[in-house]
Amino acid sequence: MAQIRVEALDKSFGTFHAVKAASFTVEDGQFLCLLGPSGCGKTTTLRMIAGLELPTAGTIRLGGEDVTMNRASARDIAFVFQLFALYPHMNVRRNIGFPLKCEGIDAVERERRVVEVARILRISHLLDSSVSGLAGGDRQRVALGRAIVREPKCFLMDEPLGALDTEMREAMIHELRALHDRLGATTVYVTHDQLEAMAMADMIAVMNDGVVEQVASPRDIYDRPASLFVADFIGSPPMNFLPFRGSLEAGAQTIRLGEHEVAVPAAREALAESDLVLGVRPEHVRFTDRGMVRGEVYGSEYLGTTQIVTVTTRYGALKARSPASVSFRTGESVGLDFRPDTLSIFDKESGRAIRTALYEGGAHG
Amino acid sequence: MSTANAAHSVVEPSAGTRRFAGSLVILYAVITMIPLIWIVLTSFKSPDDAISYPPKVVFSPSFEGFCNLFTTRSRQTPEFIQTLGPPQGLCDSIARSRNMVVAGPSNYVPRFVNSLIIAFGSTVLAVALGTLSAYGFSRFRVPLKDDLLFFILSTRMMPPIAVAIPIYLMYRTIGLSDTRLGMILLYTSVNVSLAVWLLKGFIDEIPREYEEAAMIDGYTRFQAFVKVVLPQATTGIAATAIFCLIFAWNEYAFAVLLTSGNAQTAPPFIPIIIGEGGQDWPAVAAGTTLFLVPIVVFTVLLRKHLLRGITFGAVRK
Ligand SMILES: Nc1ncnc2c1ncn2[C@@H]1O[C@H](COP(=O)(O)OP(=O)(O)OP(=O)(O)O)[C@@H](O)[C@H]1O
Ligand SMILES: [Mg+2]
Repeated sequence: MAQIRVEALDKSFGTFHAVKAASFTVEDGQFLCLLGPSGCGKTTTLRMIAGLELPTAGTIRLGGEDVTMNRASARDIAFVFQLFALYPHMNVRRNIGFPLKCEGIDAVERERRVVEVARILRISHLLDSSVSGLAGGDRQRVALGRAIVREPKCFLMDEPLGALDTEMREAMIHELRALHDRLGATTVYVTHDQLEAMAMADMIAVMNDGVVEQVASPRDIYDRPASLFVADFIGSPPMNFLPFRGSLEAGAQTIRLGEHEVAVPAAREALAESDLVLGVRPEHVRFTDRGMVRGEVYGSEYLGTTQIVTVTTRYGALKARSPASVSFRTGESVGLDFRPDTLSIFDKESGRAIRTALYEGGAHG
Repeated sequence: MSTANAAHSVVEPSAGTRRFAGSLVILYAVITMIPLIWIVLTSFKSPDDAISYPPKVVFSPSFEGFCNLFTTRSRQTPEFIQTLGPPQGLCDSIARSRNMVVAGPSNYVPRFVNSLIIAFGSTVLAVALGTLSAYGFSRFRVPLKDDLLFFILSTRMMPPIAVAIPIYLMYRTIGLSDTRLGMILLYTSVNVSLAVWLLKGFIDEIPREYEEAAMIDGYTRFQAFVKVVLPQATTGIAATAIFCLIFAWNEYAFAVLLTSGNAQTAPPFIPIIIGEGGQDWPAVAAGTTLFLVPIVVFTVLLRKHLLRGITFGAVRK
């Protein structure tokens, strides 16, 4: 088990810059999710940690040791591929035992450890089956078995649940997390599914277009996004954005939105007049007749215990989460206001979050 | 095989359709088999039956063709034959009935052995080289990859006979003319382009994650190649080997030109088997019949792989 430290990692494929100065640290025993949209460089980052791809610049440390230029086999890590990469010409037992065979561990010891791993993953009854006949979930377990059998320093997983159906996925999310709690192995887990990341991770690193935008706990990622991209990418429906123009003084507790004063978390930096964006989560929008933003109900989407109400306002369509028991008529005029301590402010140009009492800054906090 | 495929069909064909399709297949099989059957039949005919007109379908079988294939004979007067002891085996008695005695073995066996050595040798070489280079082309960033691949393929674009004369002169200068090694190298160089292209297709289909997983688990790239890639490429390798073997086994033009006494293969030898009064058709047919055996055996042995292989890896589980 070991800490993984990635410092200013860069990767170019010819002229294409796939990963740009990515930095994050996974503490010993932590479960970090690398989350981001398709093509943002998650797999490339993971492959560099594994040693399957050499970085253009930057360093990778495993347990303090600089392994940037080491061969994959010298890094003592396990990689679970999206395709599982089970060898079709071997049965389950030999697939799981394969890494041990590579290490030259004798047959008796190998058998003991394979049986043990199979027991943990509850696939003992499948040991002698061929892998090609296995169902998705069982293939996934065999792939995990092959990873954990060697007791490596850390696990790297590239969308290991991507090929499973929704139901299987839910079950595997909990199994994976339980397995992690049991083994306590440092894990980097790549996914583009925010629910997966939220459910499993100790820490989430959000990537966009080759850049790590924020590294934080799932709660902080959700409540204190470091950039417009993170705020928009996380949460369903995503955060509402209200553009406005204004300046900020350090310590200011209000902003001017149109003709209204809106209470916000106290600013921690001063800002000259510029284009800004106010970010409000749908669940922090309240319906009140004294509301400072007025609009018309456009429609609502029933979700069981809650509903998402879309209101057209002069700032665009805003989505609000409200209890399903309240009923709204389409076209009804409503007033909205926002819970002050939950609001985020972003610089429109750069997309970064303004430091406030809510968000203390430092994308890598 | 058929049951597995039946599960995929959307509508089960009716009995009538099946019978019709079945008879078409049988008809086609018969048409393609007729020349083969004719050759096998001819090899068991006597020389007179072989050239009789109209052709005889029913005849009394004779081993004269096979005897003539494996022996050389000399004509003797009946009086001389009388003075000899009893005939030495079947072929001797057949020869004596035609006033001849067996003088010795023919060249068929050494020619056949040459064919085996040259065809299998070049197949093994071409497939081995082809697999390695296909793997390289498939997995590594090779400078000018596309140009190189095209260049390799372009060696197949002209008819081989167009380069026969230069090769003949070259081989004579460097002493490879009429040697088995020369023929192995020649057939290898012709086949290797086919092998690279076929095998690259197969290897491209094997996800590289397999080797990467093995490399993370502690194998070197070469070990991963041998232990992980090769087992998964067996289908492609088998199919490629059969194509290479068939080419090398049947090759005629270069063999005629470049080989004679020492390294001659069976194809240029068989048609020139001359008997009494011209071409010895039963012996030629017998030579051809035996010549078919190795390919049939090899193909049957690899049939399982070939069936999946000739779809060029298009079928994925
Ligand atoms: N070997 C390569 N050569 C050239 N470009 C590459 C290579 N590998 C990846 N890329 C490019 O780098 C970018 C990032 O790829 P990467 O596979 O890391 O994305 P990802 O975040 O894992 O996406 P996904 O969710 O689709 O798996 C992509 O635009 C991809 O096309
Ligand atoms: Mg990926």
